[in-house]
Amino acid sequence: MNAEEILNLLVEEFGSDKITGSNLEAIDPWVEVAGESIEEVAHFLKTDERLQFDHLNNLCGVDYFEPDEKKQAKFGHEPHVEVVYHLSSYSVRHKITIKVCVPRWKDDQKGELPEVPTVSGVWKIADWHEREAFDLVGINFVGHPNLNRILCAEDWVGHPLRKDYEFPLEYHGIRAK
Amino acid sequence: MLKKLPNFEVFEGLRQANIWIDNFSQAQPELWTAAMSVTLEDPRIVEFDVRTDEMLVNMGPQHPSTHGVLRLLLRTDGEIVNEVTPHLGYLHRSAEKIGENLSPVQWIPYTDRMDYLAGMNMNLGMSLAVEKLIGMELPEKAVVLRVLIAELNRIASHLVGMGAYGLDLGTFSPFLYAFREREIILDLFEEACGARLTYSYLTVGGATHDLPSTIPIPPGLASLTHRSPNMKVSWLEGVSMFLDWLEPRIKEYHTLLTRNHIFIKRTAGLGILSREDAIDYGCTGPVLRGSGVDWDLRRDGDPIYTKMYEGFDFDVPVAPFKDAPREAVLGDNWCRFYVRMMEVAQAIRLVRQAIEKYPTAEGAHRVAHKMATKLPKDECYLETECPRGAMGFYFVGNGEVNPLRARAKSSCFCNLAPTAPLCEGFLLADIPAVVGSLDIVMGEIDR
Repeated sequence: MNAEEILNLLVEEFGSDKITGSNLEAIDPWVEVAGESIEEVAHFLKTDERLQFDHLNNLCGVDYFEPDEKKQAKFGHEPHVEVVYHLSSYSVRHKITIKVCVPRWKDDQKGELPEVPTVSGVWKIADWHEREAFDLVGINFVGHPNLNRILCAEDWVGHPLRKDYEFPLEYHGIRAK
Repeated sequence: MLKKLPNFEVFEGLRQANIWIDNFSQAQPELWTAAMSVTLEDPRIVEFDVRTDEMLVNMGPQHPSTHGVLRLLLRTDGEIVNEVTPHLGYLHRSAEKIGENLSPVQWIPYTDRMDYLAGMNMNLGMSLAVEKLIGMELPEKAVVLRVLIAELNRIASHLVGMGAYGLDLGTFSPFLYAFREREIILDLFEEACGARLTYSYLTVGGATHDLPSTIPIPPGLASLTHRSPNMKVSWLEGVSMFLDWLEPRIKEYHTLLTRNHIFIKRTAGLGILSREDAIDYGCTGPVLRGSGVDWDLRRDGDPIYTKMYEGFDFDVPVAPFKDAPREAVLGDNWCRFYVRMMEVAQAIRLVRQAIEKYPTAEGAHRVAHKMATKLPKDECYLETECPRGAMGFYFVGNGEVNPLRARAKSSCFCNLAPTAPLCEGFLLADIPAVVGSLDIVMGEIDR
């Protein structure tokens, strides 16, 4: 199946309320899914006989934000955070990219992490990928069985891949500057 | 496996009644049957019978068999491991954050330090991802050079994998042989690009240099093949000489390790990863193929990558194997190890074909690419078949020189994820056998 057929199938199944956007012209065509329905869409993508996306290649977060005010006009994106799911199928041999867009902070309260339902119940590897995305990008995967930091130390403050992340000057007596 | 065990109550009764006969089992067969009445199917249940306190043991981060700085938190009951929790991050160097602040070409040296045993393959994966993003086409010569270099590095990487796995299981000699061979490949790489471990050789647009014409013969190769150490050879001749020497040695490794009775006892039938679990845990590379999924990105991957291998003839080794020992089960340690060994033979085939093609290949070894080329407002994800699995690079461009997001999806990260279910219920001594068979490199997991 090509990306267009996959998109049509998803829109037919879930309607345009849940499938909120797409870009079929991109190098890797992507489909945007509403955050709260990602789990049921993921389940459908994996179990539907025509799709059979059994392999989650990659899951990561992207922070769309330009901290420098002078550059903000040129930046060209509304500030938001994306969770990107790269999927492929061993049996049907096709692939697709799924995106979920959420605000940078929940309820615009700085420090409150945006929420996305977990897909660790659909693909087991999503468990670790989501822990990494939580650790580095700062996304709260609701319903995750063990959402702890995986790469940074347990007591680390902040989420380093956020564009406005402030580098710590000191960690347990180790000075950075 | 059935095992007769003493019924301690009966023995205690006999002891209190002061009854003890030397030839107990023959003199009183009925009493003997009663005394040995407890029958167990699994000998490991004995451990639960004699219940000891649970203990939390940290294996690593400095344990030699965890291949770097992996910490496994084990909950043990005697010799049995009931729960395994891997703790990562000891080698985290914020590679992705650094990548956001550099142009892709500047980021290449950081990819070397991910899977440091296969630096060339890391360079190749990253360069291809950028080429896919900016839509660059490469001349034939650059493509053949890349296949040659990447497959040579695959041999070197699998040699370390083999040697280190032997070391995990307590045999030292394969490790020394593997490093003797690998040394020659490193010498050849050093002649090609100046570095022995962190090459940064394959770059966006091809390779930094063409292959050298004449080089002094690598000292290791000269002594092994009884040639003069002052001999001069062309680089390609050096590689052919090395492959001619290496190919018959593979049989020796099989005798030394793969078909070794002790090795089979320690690996076959242990750490079984089912086909479904391997897919669900996102395992790739030899781990996936060891579980019976016929998938190799060089053949089934993205067109920009498979195009490189067009016109090359190679097989993809997949478990189950016809020549496997009787004890081996699909998806066990032995299958994963054997896939790697078979891949070495295939890589030798590929390198030989590349050597033949290289002198007549058209074009240059690289296309000019400016370090400060602006990336388009698009994004792309590309996976390549590295020795340890599918390494993915994801770039989001935003019309600037630096990418908005540079992501490296590690293959070992996913291959390590099923450790907990694979190790649970095994003996402590089998943990290195299972973890070693996944062939992880922590530099790539922690990035």
